[in-house]
Amino acid sequence: MPETLAAAPWQGANLSFWLIAALVLISGGFAAFTRNIVQAAYSLFFTLVGMAGLYILLGSPFLAITQVIIYVGGILVLLMFGVLLTNRPLERARRGQGRLYVVGAVVAALALAMVLLRIVFTTEWMTGSAAVEPVGGTRPIGRLLLTEYLLPFELAGMLLLLGLIGAAYLVRRRET
Amino acid sequence: MSGLSAFLALDGGAPVGLHAYLLVAALLFAFGLTACLARRNAIGILIGIELILNAAILNFMAFWRFGASGDDVSGPMFGIFMIILAACEAAVALAVLLNLYFNFGTVEVDDIAQLRR
Repeated sequence: MPETLAAAPWQGANLSFWLIAALVLISGGFAAFTRNIVQAAYSLFFTLVGMAGLYILLGSPFLAITQVIIYVGGILVLLMFGVLLTNRPLERARRGQGRLYVVGAVVAALALAMVLLRIVFTTEWMTGSAAVEPVGGTRPIGRLLLTEYLLPFELAGMLLLLGLIGAAYLVRRRET
Repeated sequence: MSGLSAFLALDGGAPVGLHAYLLVAALLFAFGLTACLARRNAIGILIGIELILNAAILNFMAFWRFGASGDDVSGPMFGIFMIILAACEAAVALAVLLNLYFNFGTVEVDDIAQLRR
């Protein structure tokens, strides 16, 4: 149906948006609600990759690649290490989970979600009237990182260095 | 039903709008808050924090995409810096958790009620 496609250039993008949103929400909900912490970490993988897809749909492939490299390739691997190094199934089976905690958490999150959704759907958002869509390409990001955002950029580098040194200091073997 | 179909925008009349992205971000934030509050395992709490951070980045990106114009790249810029901070936070948090595990033999936050043994 070529005439339909010409009349509806956004149809594919809209369909892929809802598919990716479903992936993100289902895997995010699974990561939040499953009992098994290993499964939660694995489920977080799909959430993070889906978020990268949403960033592409929002027009910034650069942020999507950054998300995949740093979040999936770095933070998620760190979380996996943490899960596998500290997991003790016997402990979990013995203690069980505090039911009261779960009920309170779900009530609080439901209340927050209702407030947020009411805000989202009742506020008159001031969306741009400009016909020119913003383009989050690599070239303007790179130029602004070294001009307008130079100070935050350097501070982020310093922070990463301090974090690296601090983490290495914290987990060193003490000789006694 | 027509309202739902217009919101989903599957008939292709228009691209999905700001509300759809904000809806996804709000639900993701609620999931993250649930994980933070309900989990007793410190790494589970960290997973919840990552969900919350991702919801915040999605909000920044959505408002940028539907509010900014031209050469303005403040949305991805916010996202990049938040991802950097998240990486830093995860590294330090994992170091602290491994230390806790060496000292207490567990990362269940209910069992760790003292600053030192």
